[in-house]
Amino acid sequence: MCLGIPGEVIELLPDQPDLARVDVSGVRRVINIGLLADDLPVPGEWVLIHVGFALSKIDEAEAAMALQFLEGIGQAYADELEALAESRIE
Amino acid sequence: MKFVDEFRDADKAHALAAKIASLCEPGRQYKLMEVCGGHTHTIYKHGLEDYLPESITLVHGPGCPVCVIPMGRVDDAMALASEPDVIMTSFGDMMRVPGSKGSFFDAKAAGTDIRMVYSPLDSLKIARNNPGRRVVFMAIGFETTAPSTAMTIMRAAAENLPNFSVFCNHVTIIPAIKAILDSPDLRLDGFIGPGHVSTVIGCRPYEFIARDYGKPVVTAGFEPLDILQSIYMLMLQLSEGRSEVENQYSRVVPWDGNMTALKVIGETMELRPYFEWRGLGFISHSALSVREKYARFDAELLFDVPGVRVADPKACQCGEVLKGVLKPWECKVFGTACTPETPIGTCMVSPEGACAAYYNFGRMNRHRVKEAVTIEVGRP
Ligand code: SF4
Repeated sequence: MCLGIPGEVIELLPDQPDLARVDVSGVRRVINIGLLADDLPVPGEWVLIHVGFALSKIDEAEAAMALQFLEGIGQAYADELEALAESRIE
Repeated sequence: MKFVDEFRDADKAHALAAKIASLCEPGRQYKLMEVCGGHTHTIYKHGLEDYLPESITLVHGPGCPVCVIPMGRVDDAMALASEPDVIMTSFGDMMRVPGSKGSFFDAKAAGTDIRMVYSPLDSLKIARNNPGRRVVFMAIGFETTAPSTAMTIMRAAAENLPNFSVFCNHVTIIPAIKAILDSPDLRLDGFIGPGHVSTVIGCRPYEFIARDYGKPVVTAGFEPLDILQSIYMLMLQLSEGRSEVENQYSRVVPWDGNMTALKVIGETMELRPYFEWRGLGFISHSALSVREKYARFDAELLFDVPGVRVADPKACQCGEVLKGVLKPWECKVFGTACTPETPIGTCMVSPEGACAAYYNFGRMNRHRVKEAVTIEVGRP
């Protein structure tokens, strides 16, 4: 829950402007991007996600670093990804 | 068992460590607190203390939101969950936190409808799909998760969802830091500021620490090198007699935080006059409750919440650990009666808790770690 996980924005959902589909380590899920309303991400940009909400935009290099860090911590990230995979935000 | 996990930038780390060592005044002891549990995790995973001179001690702070939930609140949540028409939902981290009559996991095993969710928005969906049930989201976390709860409440309001509510346990980081600064047990020299909390609140709220308490603060990222770099920046300030707020993690943390996030928190929640923190006791204005405007989503108003205060188990020394007064291995039950499988205290529950970090990485005490470093990497 405390882990900020990086995801790449794949698309903004056309009918719901505050939702976007992201790819997190191969898991594709919908998250809420409403907290970035001042500067909405576009497909191809990376965001740091907390409990289903994008909290900040990051660049690709930072995303790669964050991923490497998360993969290094093992179980906690595996749990977080599993939780994300279960998630069905709409 | 591998004790120390050398990371890819070990050379850079040794170079930074040498610069840090050169800034230590002979004979002076330094205590730096890393506020955030994520930092604690990195520090122990990578054995960062072993890179530092003996005169620098890293003290683990209260920044693990699971660790600070008092027993009474877990019992309260349990009382809500046991109402027959309720579906209780919360993050996975919450499931093993012990209350006086066991944890969510125990209650779930006994048949109570408690569901793990990834996001508060998943709770909202459960509410939509179960119109005949009342769905409660047990909200926990610092300012990193509070905006998510806030957005979810606003969404529930927009949909006029009648069967969704929030049992709000959000805490705020600044009053906790202030409580530690004001605590007579501990003299600190500086703070490694939390990373992700700061993406929301920014760096400004730390200014009082530098200004009024004369202690430097450096907001830090989570990579091992980020933390060493931040320690270097703190030591540089100390050696030059400065106390300022600096941002090592500016690639993610904007100085002013996330205005939208702060706005939605302000819209839906307000500060409680006081809140009990496990181990730290009552701290004024340190937690959030749902604003009156959204009262129909406030589980504390919708349900009978017992609100009984439950003392921590006698053996538990989490308070001292959360304040950084004791190292986890100094707690009498550490690694014996209290382990991640059978936690007595909360610091053992979350992977971000100091006790769990020590336990998981086989760090029973600093001496043993030093020994391990010598064996593993052959460096004296
Ligand atoms: S070992 Fe257990 S009881 Fe002791 S401080 Fe850590 S979590 Fe608390």
